[in-house]
Amino acid sequence: MTVFSTCHKVIGKQYIALSLFSVFIGIFLSLVMRYHLVHPDTKVKLFQLLWPDGAPGGQMTPELYLSLMTMHGTIMVFFVLTTTPQSGFGNYFLPLQIGAPDMAFPVLNMLSFWTTALSLLTLLAAFFVEGGAPLSGWTAYPPLSGLGKITGPGQGLGQDLWILSIALFCVASLMAAINFIVTIIELRAPGMGYFDMPLTCWGWFVTALISLFAFAVLLPGGVLLLLDRLAGTSFFIPGGLIVNDQVQTRSGGSPLLFQHLFWFFGHPEVYIAILPGMGLISTVLSVFSGKRVFGYKAMAIAMLAIGGLGFVVWGHHMFISGMSPYSSIAFSVLTLAVGVPSAVKTFNWLATLWGGRLRFTAAMHYALGFVSLFITGGITGLVLGQPGLDVYFHDTYFVVAHFHLIMGVAAVFAIFAGLHYWFPIMYGRFLNEQLGKLHFFLTFAGVYALFVPLHFAGFVGNPRRYPDFKEYEFLKSVMPLHIGVTHAAYFLAAVQLLFLFNYLWSKRRGALAPANPWGAATREWRND
Amino acid sequence: MSAHRNPPGLKTLGMWLFVLSDMLTFSTLLVVYSALRFANPAWPRPFSLNPGILFATIMTIVLLASSLTMVWAVDAIKRDQRKRTVQWLGATILGGAAFIALHLMEWCHLLTVENITPASNPWNVPLFGAVFFGVTGLHMAHVAAGLVYLSVLAAGVSRGTFCVEDVETGGLYWHFVDVVWMFVFPLVYLMAVKP
Repeated sequence: MTVFSTCHKVIGKQYIALSLFSVFIGIFLSLVMRYHLVHPDTKVKLFQLLWPDGAPGGQMTPELYLSLMTMHGTIMVFFVLTTTPQSGFGNYFLPLQIGAPDMAFPVLNMLSFWTTALSLLTLLAAFFVEGGAPLSGWTAYPPLSGLGKITGPGQGLGQDLWILSIALFCVASLMAAINFIVTIIELRAPGMGYFDMPLTCWGWFVTALISLFAFAVLLPGGVLLLLDRLAGTSFFIPGGLIVNDQVQTRSGGSPLLFQHLFWFFGHPEVYIAILPGMGLISTVLSVFSGKRVFGYKAMAIAMLAIGGLGFVVWGHHMFISGMSPYSSIAFSVLTLAVGVPSAVKTFNWLATLWGGRLRFTAAMHYALGFVSLFITGGITGLVLGQPGLDVYFHDTYFVVAHFHLIMGVAAVFAIFAGLHYWFPIMYGRFLNEQLGKLHFFLTFAGVYALFVPLHFAGFVGNPRRYPDFKEYEFLKSVMPLHIGVTHAAYFLAAVQLLFLFNYLWSKRRGALAPANPWGAATREWRND
Repeated sequence: MSAHRNPPGLKTLGMWLFVLSDMLTFSTLLVVYSALRFANPAWPRPFSLNPGILFATIMTIVLLASSLTMVWAVDAIKRDQRKRTVQWLGATILGGAAFIALHLMEWCHLLTVENITPASNPWNVPLFGAVFFGVTGLHMAHVAAGLVYLSVLAAGVSRGTFCVEDVETGGLYWHFVDVVWMFVFPLVYLMAVKP
């Protein structure tokens, strides 16, 4: 049976296919949002067709905008950024790279994938139930997410499904994390020590360790939120709330408590998205520079350090949530400390390139793009990590630009690099190199055209999660900028079709690849 | 399936990792409990020593006894006494089932007689019931899952398909569930004794 296959290669490809499906839904939702931001009063037939209740007569309601935002974030974070770099590439290449016959628990592996697929279906189902998708963002802060229908149309069944989907995703990720860690600890080839593993394996290893602890906290957080909604408890609901002119009877709970639980997961989640990419980029840069990775051991330790620090910085998401300034300072210092191992990685990447015989393949382009995005996105992290600045920038487009660059696009560039690099193993053919490079340059330009201006919108104080700006005098000045950004988004989305075409076409018709075409030294190229 | 070519210890390590992660899940609930208790100074302490705590103590003894029988089950499989292993596993299942039965009796008593529910109670600190049923409910779910797990294990041992490591791994899970109770009992029960 190939559908419920227990082979790690098939499961890896299944994860990648699931992401590819998800990413286009996510892109579509972002385009609808960008369109609405610059044409807030235009009635669109398509919107009415897709969301009859959310866009009566084609006019998008604010609630629909928020639900699109929620689904865009959730789909992209969980089903694209968490799925492909770790579960997709990891399943396929980890056993090959460490010389293991398969993952440690093949049946558990199959279950992880299908639980993830079920989780995605549950999430998408929220679009089709009464009231539609939830409005509370990918962070689902209570009380908005804890009180049910009274807080908005999507806050009924839609929010229940959202929580259920996330709980399922937690279970799937925990199973996968156990599988990855056991495989790495127990199934390395004889004689291969931890510091003999390729850095890609270090990326997957640290990510699995993070997943094991982070999802274990999100899971009970989600369950308690569900109890608040379904069993009438008030873990996260404070007393004295008045919602839509109705006094709420719950009392005693703390919305801040949910934020703590969520971000204890949420910040490590950022590293879950980026660490596998870091490992992969190290490998790609080294292969196409014809040199070993500079400072291999420091690179591995830096990943461990980033993973460890990731668990003690969650408070920087809550500087304005009502936290003691003393805690803010502690969280701020720890946050800025993440800059140290990040800088170690960046300088080692540059040192790997230094004096090398560079081969500018498509994969190498994406790897260099990753380094660029990691720097531009990371620098603004140092800005937001300081309470004094964050008080101003919090919940503005500056934050949107920051996390899209570092967490979103950088990780996606790693995915592109990985697909170009490993395509010969996965399908025996090359992805078209010329088309790949063209796609790289257009995407690279599109990404910066889209996200750099959003920083400036943040300077002006432009809040995020607002469905339109026309009511606000002070935002009139940024409208031209938003129009430009929306056009960049159209351009960027259109360019991705190039990649989709390349992927589907090269799978069948691409140039046949010889064994080890890049001259790499790692084990996965030795097989066959 | 492919267990024979894997080095021994895979399943044990896997279970340890699960225990580690599940430990964090329970810790999360206990942290939630402590945060909410601090935030609500009028936290009720409704349990009387007799019958409340006495009853919970009996439950504790039953659960601990089932850990002992589990130790004997592991000991038996190590000596390759399969029949004896199945018997001890059966005793463990019985202990777990008795714990759940007693626990449900207690829940019914609290819900119907003392009017403590997840959403309300006589002292108007609704979170007391939410925490009580939340923490003990999650633990009870683990015991229930353990019963299924041990049953599968017993069936596999009697058919001869499971080996020493499988039983040891099951033991690890079962002892973990017991250890969790050793935190739940003082924090949720003893700290709510009538002053």
